[in-house]
Amino acid sequence: MVEDEGEGARAVPLSGHVGFDSMPDQLVNKSVNHGFCFNILCVGETGLGKSTLMDTLFNTKFEGEPTQHNQPGVTLKSNTYELQESNVRLKLTMVNTVGFGDQINKEDSYKSIVEFIDAQFEAYLQEELKIKRTLHSYHDTRIHACLYFIAPTGHSLKSLDLVTMKKLDSKVNIIPIIAKSDAISKSELAKFKIKITSELVSNGVQIYQFPTDDESVAEINSTMNSHLPFAVVGSTEEVKIGNKMVKARQYPWGTVQVENENHCDFVKLREMLIRVNMEDLREQTHTRHYELYRRCKLEEMGFKDTDPDSKPFSLQETYEAKRNEFMGELQKKEEEMRQMFVQRVKEKEAELKEAEKELHEKFDRLKKLHQDEKKKLEEKKKALDDEVNTFKQKKTAAELLLNQAQQAGGSTTLKRDKERKN
Amino acid sequence: CSWSEYSESIESRSKSCTSGSDPQQPKTLEAYVGFANLPNQVYRKSVKRGFEFTLMVVGESGLGKSTLINSLFLTDLYSPEYPGPSHRIKQTVQVEQSKVLIKEGGVQLLLTIVDTPGFGDAVDNSGCWKSVTDYIDSKFEDFLNAESRVNRRQMPDSRVHCCLYFIAPSGHGLKPLDTEFMKYLHEKVNIIPLIAKADTLTPEECQQFKRQIMKEIQENEIKIYEFPETEDEEEMKLVKKIKDRLPLAVVGSNTIIEVDGKRVRGRKYPWGVAEGESFKSEFVLFRNPLFIFRTHMQDLKDVTNNVHYENFRSGKLAAVTCNGMENKHNGQLTKSPLAQMEEERQENMGRIKKMEQEMENVFEMKVKEKLQKLRDSEAELQKRHDQMNRSILAQHRDLEEKRRQLEEEIATWETQQRILEQQKLETLKGGNKKKKIF
Repeated sequence: MVEDEGEGARAVPLSGHVGFDSMPDQLVNKSVNHGFCFNILCVGETGLGKSTLMDTLFNTKFEGEPTQHNQPGVTLKSNTYELQESNVRLKLTMVNTVGFGDQINKEDSYKSIVEFIDAQFEAYLQEELKIKRTLHSYHDTRIHACLYFIAPTGHSLKSLDLVTMKKLDSKVNIIPIIAKSDAISKSELAKFKIKITSELVSNGVQIYQFPTDDESVAEINSTMNSHLPFAVVGSTEEVKIGNKMVKARQYPWGTVQVENENHCDFVKLREMLIRVNMEDLREQTHTRHYELYRRCKLEEMGFKDTDPDSKPFSLQETYEAKRNEFMGELQKKEEEMRQMFVQRVKEKEAELKEAEKELHEKFDRLKKLHQDEKKKLEEKKKALDDEVNTFKQKKTAAELLLNQAQQAGGSTTLKRDKERKN
Repeated sequence: CSWSEYSESIESRSKSCTSGSDPQQPKTLEAYVGFANLPNQVYRKSVKRGFEFTLMVVGESGLGKSTLINSLFLTDLYSPEYPGPSHRIKQTVQVEQSKVLIKEGGVQLLLTIVDTPGFGDAVDNSGCWKSVTDYIDSKFEDFLNAESRVNRRQMPDSRVHCCLYFIAPSGHGLKPLDTEFMKYLHEKVNIIPLIAKADTLTPEECQQFKRQIMKEIQENEIKIYEFPETEDEEEMKLVKKIKDRLPLAVVGSNTIIEVDGKRVRGRKYPWGVAEGESFKSEFVLFRNPLFIFRTHMQDLKDVTNNVHYENFRSGKLAAVTCNGMENKHNGQLTKSPLAQMEEERQENMGRIKKMEQEMENVFEMKVKEKLQKLRDSEAELQKRHDQMNRSILAQHRDLEEKRRQLEEEIATWETQQRILEQQKLETLKGGNKKKKIF
């Protein structure tokens, strides 16, 4: 607000028409020339009429096939359309949750939604942090409004609904709506709305409140706030009522007119979402949800606004500090790695030395074995040699004896022969 | 046009819109949806927020800056209670700001006027623009720091949106001080040059003076504020009118004079009165001399934000992250400093990983070598061992063979011996027999 920054400013009355009262017009002209953009996220189970409602809201047939129930997980599909109404151009992006609520185990259903929303914030944050940036021509994909479709059971919110909304309420403006509300009777509807509202309150879910600080719209907004959640019916088919063609759903027992405020809250939704508070939804997304995301992200990365002495950091210091931190980390890592290698080398060397030692020992043992064998062999050889010698000696001795005997015998024979002769 | 007219026109125009089926054109809707009301919402919020604007006036003393400011906003921004800088004593070029809150038609404007007393007044004026550039830079810096905080609140925009540069009506051309100043400042702020005290120039002199100034501005490649083209015909006419008359010649007046029964602001001379009506012609814009504010205040703010501030910011951030290194930065500038640091970190991590990989490879290789050697020596030793085993075995066999031979020999010999023995025995027996015979 301007008044807050007017420290030292004094109010001075003007004595004529200067012309700066055209500033709002100048601003508006600039915005119109630039074009607007708006992003809606529709969360709800398959078959709750999300696409039909969007078609009805924007009076146009957006492309798409109705999805089946057999999706393995929740995926988000987004489509962007360029719409124009008189001289106002709107870039509308619609994101649909495909397969929400179809799985048996729905514990992780909300995760892909949260990731998607965060991804849009992240993209904007990255753009904002670039050195050379082009914010004024950036296509803003951050989700400005999340329409949460509640199944028309008439009893209470499902636990999946509560869990999902709780996870989303700090990231996006949630507008809960009761889908296909022509399935609920009027009395049931009143009870249903009360039940839903009390469940939301008791679970601490923050849904989007239409702003009441601007006098020109405060009244209508606060009235509408009391009608939340809106019970809507969507239809693109037209039925002749009286002499007009109106959007309606025709049943055998009667016709539900979409734009009849007695039949459903569609008109209220359109009024609030588009005609009165679109700009506020965008503003809230930017100043509240995005800032929260940004703050958390920066804190996560270690950025602070003040150093321990409570003096504010300048941007330069912060970046340099960050960079030094990174460098320090890297160096430490390098050191660690080196140390680890040195360690490993040492260990491996020791191992190998061990192995070498073992090998040598083994072969020493073998050598010893050999030597033993050799010795045995020697002994055996010696034994054999001894036997050979012994035999030889015996043989020699026997031959000698034989020779002697022969000689003696020969001489004896000779003697006898001699005697005979004599 | 006023707001009510504007919103009415939107409503009426929208009710008669047709449906379009051209896929290239934006889809025009079948019936009234209502987002054509967005501009009204924007209008409403902006009025609630209020506006801010910072205007800087630069020029030598006595050129009528304070007078002009007063007549600009049809009020006494500077008054006896709040005297302007010209009435105060100054030695060097200072930069002084005064803030006022003015209201018109429900629109609130926080206006900051930045004055530069002492500019160009010294004997040696080199560097007198420094305090001005420092001021502008410090406002940019404040905004940058506020924008970069983790906890951001409403960021007050005290950046200088427009600088009115007063040129002395010499009739000849720009002074060196003028060109120097503008060259230092044209990339930091929107400069709108004015010829001050234009009532001292005749229309012809004025016209010539203007041409000379514009020529010199072009020669020096000074970028003054460019009034943007617009699709609105009325506005375009106005813009063309201004462009043809740059730099604007102004006359300011603090006094209200009666002329033809009307009370106007004017300057009374012995030879006549210089006031708005007589200057309605081409060369001097007197009443609401800067009616450009009616149409271009927002654009001045936008150019400051999108061009001058972004230049400052990218320069500052590039200096921080690149630490003065000049090379390899054309691609880097499209990233945020954080992303850049992240990239650097990734690069370094990659480098370390590669190093790790290399070291790992070397290690593996060495280990393999060593193991191979071990295996080789094991194989070697094993071979020798086997050899020795074999030789021992062979020797054993040899010995066995020899033993066998020996045993054979022994056996043979023993058999022989036995035969011999027997022969001997028989011979002996026979001998005995022979004896018996005799």
